[in-house]
Amino acid sequence: MQALIEIERLNLFYGSFHALKNISMDIPEKAITAFIGPSGCGKSTLLRSLNRMNDMIPGTSTHGSIKIAGADIYGKDIDVEALRKNVGMVFQQPNPFPKSIYDNVAYGPRLHGITSRHKLDEIVESSLRGAALWNEVKDHLKRSALSLSGGQQQRLCIARALAVEPDVLLMDEATSALDPISTLKIEELAQELKAKYTIVMVTHNMHQAARVSNQTVFFLNGEVVEYAETEKLFSNPQDQRTEDYISGRFG
Amino acid sequence: MSESTSASNRTLAVSGQPGNGIRIGNGRMLDRKNRLRIYNRSFRIVCVASAVFVCLILLSILFFMFRTGILTFRSVPASTFFFSTNWDPENESYGAFLFIFGTVALTALTLAISVPISLFVAVFLSEAAPRWLSNALRPVLDLLVGIPSVVYGFLGLTILIPLLRDITGRQLTDGLLAAAIVLSIMVLPTISRISDDAISAVPAKFKDASYALGATRFQTVFRVMLPSARSGILYGIILGMARAIGETMAVVMVVGNTPQLADSLFKPTSVLTSNIVMQIPNVPFDSTWNYALYLMGFLLLVISLLMIVVIRVLQKKGVKA
Ligand SMILES: Nc1ncnc2c1ncn2[C@@H]1O[C@H](COP(=O)(O)OP(=O)(O)OP(=O)(O)O)[C@@H](O)[C@H]1O
Ligand SMILES: [Mg+2]
Repeated sequence: MQALIEIERLNLFYGSFHALKNISMDIPEKAITAFIGPSGCGKSTLLRSLNRMNDMIPGTSTHGSIKIAGADIYGKDIDVEALRKNVGMVFQQPNPFPKSIYDNVAYGPRLHGITSRHKLDEIVESSLRGAALWNEVKDHLKRSALSLSGGQQQRLCIARALAVEPDVLLMDEATSALDPISTLKIEELAQELKAKYTIVMVTHNMHQAARVSNQTVFFLNGEVVEYAETEKLFSNPQDQRTEDYISGRFG
Repeated sequence: MSESTSASNRTLAVSGQPGNGIRIGNGRMLDRKNRLRIYNRSFRIVCVASAVFVCLILLSILFFMFRTGILTFRSVPASTFFFSTNWDPENESYGAFLFIFGTVALTALTLAISVPISLFVAVFLSEAAPRWLSNALRPVLDLLVGIPSVVYGFLGLTILIPLLRDITGRQLTDGLLAAAIVLSIMVLPTISRISDDAISAVPAKFKDASYALGATRFQTVFRVMLPSARSGILYGIILGMARAIGETMAVVMVVGNTPQLADSLFKPTSVLTSNIVMQIPNVPFDSTWNYALYLMGFLLLVISLLMIVVIRVLQKKGVKA
């Protein structure tokens, strides 16, 4: 498999706090990569480095390089907005805008200049279908997105991210606020989406990582401890710390 | 009495149902039942009475203004009062249209100037300015809210009017524009601080979602932050509007106080408030002139009350959203 994201000697500081330590890894395209590790080990930080959402936090400094499809995203002439369009993100808490379902999905395309009603209708439908939500909401697209259930809201957020046609989808504990059935739906959805998208997900749920991901990265204190095929990592971890973590002995 | 008894008394009092206390003896229990009933009842009476009292004050003000104002129509046809622009009480002409128009035009002009600037200030404070700067500016704006309006009038009189004179080259610059600028400065702190609070209260997760979709800061402010803060911003605008409509002193000092229709921004004119305050000291008590001024006061009151109703409706909507 081709590597889409190449991270090389990445170091990140929050002020003087060294949050990511010398991280290098290749993330293959059209597959699901899971980040696991105890709380505070830097999973979210790394994820947010991939679409430069860390830029928004004052006092962060990033060193090293991240290449997506060959382009250094921390390079001088990178267009951060275009990068974020290309690298979508789904957050831990479902965060639809207080707008209608339609306007939520159309938000991204409109930002990037699509105004034709016909075109928008098409995008909204295909994105909602892509997020397995179309059948539930097709009759009330004008209703407020906040009237949906938590699981539906999260799928709406996925649809909203898909609407700008990204290549990469980042999911930061996207199911941790959801009930088991909604969680299952989103896991199934991720399985479908990986045919078209490169997915990187953070999860605290080891079973989830084992169920859905193709490869898994185990982090500890801002460092990569082990990176392997998911099956291999869970059945035959190379590092003692990985074994301790996945067998629930710490963290 | 033991603690549990008093606690049960309290819950009973809350539910409003005098019930059985702990039986100590028949007589005592009856005692407590009665006492509770009296407490509950008197408490309710006091509450209802206060509410009625407040309503009565409001209604009696309305009624009082109305009762005297309505007498205008004994000698002036309503169509003349509302639509004629000829206000010349010495010669029995009572056309109040120019004042009504003046008030509406002044309020509209004030909002047209103050709302965009206030929104700009609010966005600057909540989104763009470094934290130390917003922290320094917010208390300043809050202080400005409390400055007596006569001070704003003074500044208008001594700074703004001469300034307008220099800029336009006119002899007389008293009028709607001068008044609108003074009122704008006056309501600007109110509208911008309330909007600032409303924008700052928009959850960060909406901002994150917008940026993560590739929005610029500008797009995020205009497409997510401002719409999400809409009801709070409207609340600020209406508060500012209510203040502008009812403002008297600052207006009197710069509007020119001439009863003529303002067909130019620089024509000295008069509005409902300024006309009432300028003329009321000199009118005979039992004259149509006096009645007409009361009627104008009543109109002003009705307009302000309508604003308050709108505020309430908006607030309810805000809670729902
Ligand atoms: N904005 C910030 N400012 C300063 N330090 C931060 C900031 N965000 C995160 N950190 C620190 O960086 C480290 C990594 O945080 P991060 O959120 O990436 O952890 P995580 O692995 O996602 O944890 P969790 O599983 O709890 O979400 C933590 O020690 C955290 O305290
Ligand atoms: Mg995290």
